[in-house]
Amino acid sequence: MRSSGNNLALRVWQALLLGAILAFWHVGTSPTLLPPLYFDNPDKAAFFFGEPLTVLSRIWNWFYGGEIYRHLYVTLVETILAFAVGTLSGLAIGIWLARAPLASAILDPYIKGLNAMPRLILAPIFFVWFGLGIASKVAIGVTLVFFIVFFNVYQGVREVSPVVLDNARMLGASPRQLLRHVYLPSAMSWVFASLHNSVGLAFVGAVVGEYLGSSEGVGYLILQAEGTFDINTVFAGIVVLTAFALVLDWMVTLAEERLMVWQPRSGETERL
Amino acid sequence: MIAALALENITCTFVSRDNRQQRYTAVRDASLSVAPGEFVSVVGPTGCGKTTLLNVAAGLLAPSAGSVRVRGEPLEGINARAGYLFQSEALMPWRSAFENVAAGLEFRGVAPAAAAGMANDWLKRVGLAGFGDRYPHQLSGGMRKRVSLAQTLILDPKILLMDEPFAALDVQTRQLMENELLELWSADRKSVVFITHDLEEAISLSDRVVVLSAGPESHPIGEYAIDLPRPRDVSEIRLSPRFIEIHAEIWHAMKDEVLKGYAQQRQ
Repeated sequence: MRSSGNNLALRVWQALLLGAILAFWHVGTSPTLLPPLYFDNPDKAAFFFGEPLTVLSRIWNWFYGGEIYRHLYVTLVETILAFAVGTLSGLAIGIWLARAPLASAILDPYIKGLNAMPRLILAPIFFVWFGLGIASKVAIGVTLVFFIVFFNVYQGVREVSPVVLDNARMLGASPRQLLRHVYLPSAMSWVFASLHNSVGLAFVGAVVGEYLGSSEGVGYLILQAEGTFDINTVFAGIVVLTAFALVLDWMVTLAEERLMVWQPRSGETERL
Repeated sequence: MIAALALENITCTFVSRDNRQQRYTAVRDASLSVAPGEFVSVVGPTGCGKTTLLNVAAGLLAPSAGSVRVRGEPLEGINARAGYLFQSEALMPWRSAFENVAAGLEFRGVAPAAAAGMANDWLKRVGLAGFGDRYPHQLSGGMRKRVSLAQTLILDPKILLMDEPFAALDVQTRQLMENELLELWSADRKSVVFITHDLEEAISLSDRVVVLSAGPESHPIGEYAIDLPRPRDVSEIRLSPRFIEIHAEIWHAMKDEVLKGYAQQRQ
């Protein structure tokens, strides 16, 4: 098929671009390959920007030596808990408020205020409340994820087609059945749009929380390395976190494709 | 005889949510009664409150004044004896055609196996056997209307409320659907309220045509019994002399209202 051929070409170009970036990085930071253009000391470029080969070997050592697993586990648990709790509470409260006009009118300024607030400033409070362990990072992540999901669900439920709703009522749907068979599925497309953002923000909550105070986690590793000016380890941490964020995002996409089969897609014709 | 559905002196005044002084009376003092097994069409110029009247009959809209009686009983909440065929897309887009047809049975707690059998049967009756697993966006407009029809009729409502159900279809598909509707209807004579702005459609389908005045404050201004023989073929009956006679008579009464409605829309 034509599109798969296109896909292959696309993947090749993407890989080439990655290779080019890595090569540029390697050449630019190596003390011997290029004459020092900007820095007076040939090692300075590597000091500031790290070296890709060292970064790779650092990652390899982490996984081969097993040092990373404990930290990765902590960060992933924080992220997934924040993601799950934030999504579920956003879903529940979004649906509730969208169907309770009075409550939503009363709470409106508070919700706007909470959403406008740079919520990372809550971190110190969470550390006091929940300590330096996992719970405080989850709390930070939840505050970030919740509002994204909440606003999307709220919008999604309010934009349910009134005709579809009336039709379901005429067919005899009870309020519970309306919720289950009309409001929820209708809101799901909005929810999935928000989940891609939420995955990233759940990671932000976990890692920033670890920067601010922790004794384990990938954020903690990065912070330690930065304290000793070990820029290669910092980059290694960034690469590992990005890879796992991509994996989580991919899982969201998989779930989306499974649950949203009913959605029309453009250009759904098959080329013979 | 007790009317299957009776609207008595219905008035519907809508109040603007932002400005309580701004009100619009769509329907004033409208009465309409439908006998068991009778096919009644309601025609009127655009914007004359036809849909408002139907929503009142369905129990989706509470009238400002007046009452609705279903077989003599005052209506409270949704009219459970009625099926409603909407003008615009009303299928649940996240359900396949089959799941849409079975939805009403599912809501009513019919056992899944029995519901599946009936849904397949109805898909066959509206000519969509083999399309059950398609989602609404994968069906054409005419097919979606058939699914809607099956979705409503599977519950065997005694009253069928139809709001310009075929308005969005092309002329050929429309006449096919009209014939199919007549065929389904003649099998077990439900009471039908059929809303349309198309006088020809109204005459060719109905036992009785009710003409509404132009809005606001629209109300019935004339009733015409249609004595054309049944069974009818909607495309052929339009050519019969009696049809043309009836059409001329009703159109004569309607014309002023249509012009009035048109003038109001242009303002």
